[in-house]
Parts: sequence; structure tokens; C-alpha cells
Amino acid sequence: MEFFSFNPSLNFLEVAIMIEVEGLTKYYGNYHALKGITFSVNKGEILGFLGPNGAGKTTTMRILTCFFPPTNGKARVAGFDVFEEPLEVKKRIGYLPENVPLYKDMTVEDYLAFAAGIKGVGSKNIKATVDKVMHECVLTDVSYKFIGELSKGYRQRVGLAQALVNDPEVLILDEPTIGLDPKQIIEIRKLIKNLAGRRTVILSTHILPEVSMTCQRVVIINDGRVVAVDTPQNLTSTIHGANRFSVKIDGPPQYVIKELEAIQGVEKVIKKDASASGIGEYIVESIKGRDIRKEIAPCIVNKGWALLELKPHEMSLEDIFVKLVTKE
Amino acid sequence: MRNFYLIFKKEFKSYFASPVAYVVITMFLILAGYFFYSSFALFSTISFQATINPMLAKQVGLLNITESVVRPLFGNISVILLLMMPLLTMRLFSEEKKSGTIELLLTYPITDMEVLLGKFFSCMAVFMIMIALTAIYPILLIAFGQPETGPIITGYIGLFLVGASFVSLGVFASSLTENQIIAATVAFGLLLLFWMIGFSASLAGQIFGDILSYISLTAHLEGFAKGVIGTEDIVYYLIFISLFLFLTLRILESKKWRG
Ligand SMILES: Nc1ncnc2c1ncn2[C@@H]1O[C@H](COP(=O)(O)OP(=O)(O)OP(=O)(O)O)[C@@H](O)[C@H]1O
Ligand SMILES: [Mg+2]
Repeated sequence: MEFFSFNPSLNFLEVAIMIEVEGLTKYYGNYHALKGITFSVNKGEILGFLGPNGAGKTTTMRILTCFFPPTNGKARVAGFDVFEEPLEVKKRIGYLPENVPLYKDMTVEDYLAFAAGIKGVGSKNIKATVDKVMHECVLTDVSYKFIGELSKGYRQRVGLAQALVNDPEVLILDEPTIGLDPKQIIEIRKLIKNLAGRRTVILSTHILPEVSMTCQRVVIINDGRVVAVDTPQNLTSTIHGANRFSVKIDGPPQYVIKELEAIQGVEKVIKKDASASGIGEYIVESIKGRDIRKEIAPCIVNKGWALLELKPHEMSLEDIFVKLVTKE
Repeated sequence: MRNFYLIFKKEFKSYFASPVAYVVITMFLILAGYFFYSSFALFSTISFQATINPMLAKQVGLLNITESVVRPLFGNISVILLLMMPLLTMRLFSEEKKSGTIELLLTYPITDMEVLLGKFFSCMAVFMIMIALTAIYPILLIAFGQPETGPIITGYIGLFLVGASFVSLGVFASSLTENQIIAATVAFGLLLLFWMIGFSASLAGQIFGDILSYISLTAHLEGFAKGVIGTEDIVYYLIFISLFLFLTLRILESKKWRG
């Protein structure tokens, strides 16, 4: 009996990982674009894919969508190997390529109907499916227009609509909100967020606040390698491995810095703004796990200076990103 | 099968979404009409003179409409096709590669074979429209003269086969490059080579000459124009068509090789 009740949970574990990438490498001729990428995405998760230009985001996505195979390494989507069973993988994904390549000589509605048909939506349901996705992506007003006549933002929406049209298990979106107007960006983010739990999403972006807003986890890659995998919250609070405080002090800067550095447990003091008037803002970095706030106040007050402000300094995702990708 | 049909429909529509197909079909009909008119005019002039000049009539001997109008017509049409078909096939893959749409197409759940056949038959459909429109000339002949219908029917079968060969080679050339001009040039070049290769057969040695005239596209068209359906000729065209379709498939698959 016990064994029987154990089995389903094992199955559950097996399907819980929707995308599994292991040691992926890719050469373009002699150029080594991916140098061993490993990560996984759980079912129902939204994963943000970050990295500077040329890091290999698009390359990884093209491998996941079976556009081309990796030089080495393995990738599984929904339990199917992208190299061994590409057709099974393709049936389960919706892909929005980076440059949104679409047939310019087709109307929006015709194109979406074509995509729906190819992706296996039954003939009878095509009309309803296309109407629904056009409504979701706010395309109904341009349904009769040729794609070549659309503005960039509308083309982006059509690209998104074709990815969503068959309601696939896995969505792979290469910079989905680029070129959209602010209102539409919010709409699309909401749309993607609503997919969480039901659908697995990988999205790449250069808009970092977007990641904190929509993604549960982030993979940061640089130069073909994964440099960090974590939740946006953990990344911003722990990646630097130290506690940071922002302190505002009215006192002579050179002495203030000396005094702060002298406090036990302080690793680094950075003066943030260089106002000559005496009031200065300093970032004090301490060894992890040691609260130095109690020591800062008396030290400053004893010297006769004024402590105007003392608060924890959160690194923004931008700071983390820059720090991670400029390490070398 | 459904995917094949969807690709076919999309490609066929897109031929007529731009002026390309209209321009090619129009130029083709103008040229075919001109050749038909000139051989028919020559035939009627000679026939007329033969009625008033018995000496000429003897010289011309077997003056018949099938020999002097129908046969040249098919010959001329196939040469015009050779010049026109690369213009229809060049976009099939090159355009998708250039614009990047191939990335979406190849990540849809569809096999390379379905893509290839959808594209091939969409071009074949345009081609069939072209040769169907030329039927007006034989119909005129039948209305006003007594040509043999046999050679007309076999002539069309021959045209169909040779046209399909042009399309399959054109599709292949298009799969090689993202540049449509290069695709058309390669198709022209190879087709002309296959067209004329038989001409030098008499200069080559016995065995080599036989091979050359066997692989020549022209040599296998003669029978059809005479009203003869040769199994060997049909087999030749079918091999030619399948060979280039097969090569195209390999080109498409080569993207998926690990490299
Ligand atoms: N077809 C190709 N041939 C040769 N090199 C390529 C090709 N495609 C990409 N690369 C190279 O591979 C590297 C990774 O490219 P990729 O497009 O994956 O970057 P990315 O992370 O998507 O960048 P971006 O943020 O600019 O979109 C780059 O250095 C790029 O120059
Ligand atoms: Mg990219």
C-alpha cells in the first residue's frame, strides 16, 4: 500500500520540471557562442532570461525551439529531447522570435488562422481561437490589415498572438515587450503573469524591472555561461554577500570615512555624492551577518558630527546585473 | 496532409498577393502567343501559295498543321518556360530565409517534407494555370483546321513533366541561398545546362555521348511532341523531379545536423 501511494509523487517530480537544459554548447563556425549552459524550469514557472547583448539568450532559445541543434549537451522540453523528438517538442511550445519575422503579405487574421491550423487547432475551432487571441492581444481592429502595413508594436502583438494561439504548455518569448507602448506593456505583462501556474514561460528581456514584476526566477547569462540563477528577491538581497547601509552624515568627509572604516566588521566605505558642504551620503558595507548599525551611531555622535539618516541599502537588479556581467 | 494543404494554400495565395505571378503569366502568354501566331502565319502563307503554285506544293510535300504549327508550339513554350519558371521558384525558400520567417515555420510542428511539397505544388499550380491558358491555341487550331489531337494531348503531358522538372530544380536552387537573384541564376544556369547538354553528345565518344543525350532534358521531349508516350521518357522526368526534391529535403535537414 505504501509503495502505491509513493509512486504518484515520483511521477509528479518527473513532470514538475518542464524545461531541462544540461551543458549546452553551441559553435557558430569557430565562434563559441554557448559554453555549457545548465538550468531548469519548473512547470508553471515564469523564468526571466537576462544577459548583455551577445550573451547567447537567443541562441539558447533557438535550441529549445528546435530551430537548430546544440553542438553538445542536452535539452528537454516537456519531457522530450529537442534533438531526438523535435516534432513532439514543437507541438508543445509557442515561440516568439527576437525579430518577429512574419509573412508581410498576409492579413493578421489569415496569418493567425494559418498558425492555428499548423499548430493543430481543429478546423471548426480556428475562427473562435483566432478571435480570442486577437482580443487578448488587442488586434481585433487590425484583423483585416496586411502584416506588412502594421506598426512595429502591432507586429510584436501579432508575434505574441501566434505564439499563444494554440495555448501551448511552454512559451518561449524573446524580448516580448520590446516596441510596445506603456499601456500595452502592462497588458502583456498581465497576460504573461496570468499564465503562471498553468503554463511554463521563458522570457528574455533587457528591462530589469520587468523581471522583478513578472518572473519567479532569473537566469543571468554572460558570454555563453550561466552566472546566476535565483529569485529576483534573493538576487537583490544576497548576491553581494555583505550587508549594506546607506548613511547620511554631516561632517568632514575624509575623517568620516576613516572613522567608519575603523568600526569592527566594516569592509568598505564608499562616498556616494561629493557635496562640499559637509553633508555626505556613504555606503557602508559590512561582513555578512553582523549588524553594525548599533556601532555606527555612537561613533559618529561621539565625534560631534550629526547622523542624519541610516537605512539599509538595497542593490537594484541593475546593480546586480552590472556587477555580475562585469566580473571578469 | 492538413499541414501540406495549409502550406500549399498560403504559398499559392502569396503568389497572387504580389504582382510577380501576374507579370510572369502575362509575359509568358504574350511570348507563347507571338510564337503561335508567327508559326501559324507562316503555315497559312505557305499553304496559300501552295494552292496556287503546284510546284511549291510538291516541294513542301507533307504540309500538315501538326508538323508545322503544333510541334513548334510545344517546343517554343518549353523554352519560354525554361526562362520563366526560375522567376516563380526563386522566392520559395530564399524569401523566407531572407526575411527570417523560416525560423517560425521550422519551429511549427510540421515536417520538412510537408513544407517542401506544399511549396512545390503551389508553384506547380501556378504553372498549371499558365499552360492551361495556352490551351486557347490548340482550341483555335481545332476550330479552324484539322490537327491531330493525339500529339496535342501528349504534347501537354510532356510540357507538364518538363515544367515539373523546372520547378523541382528551381525549388532546390532556392533552398541553397537567401538571395533570390542567386537562386534564379543558379536555376537558369543548371536548366540551360540540362537543356543543351545533349547538343554536344555527337561530339563526345560513343558511351559518353549516350549518357549526355540521356540526361538532356530536351531529348526526352521529342517523343511527346510526336505523339508518342515513351515509358523511358516518363521515367527520366520522374527521376529528375524526385532527385531535386530529395536534394532539397537534404538541404533542409542539414540545418538540423549537429555542427
Ligand atoms: N548565425 C550566427 N553566426 C555567427 N555568429 C552568431 C550567429 N548568431 C549569433 N551569433 C553570435 O553568437 C553570440 C550570441 O548571440 P545571441 O543572439 O544568442 O545573443 P543574445 O544574448 O540574444 O543578444 P541580444 O541581447 O543582443 O539579443 C553573439 O556573439 C553573436 O554574434
Ligand atoms: Mg537576442
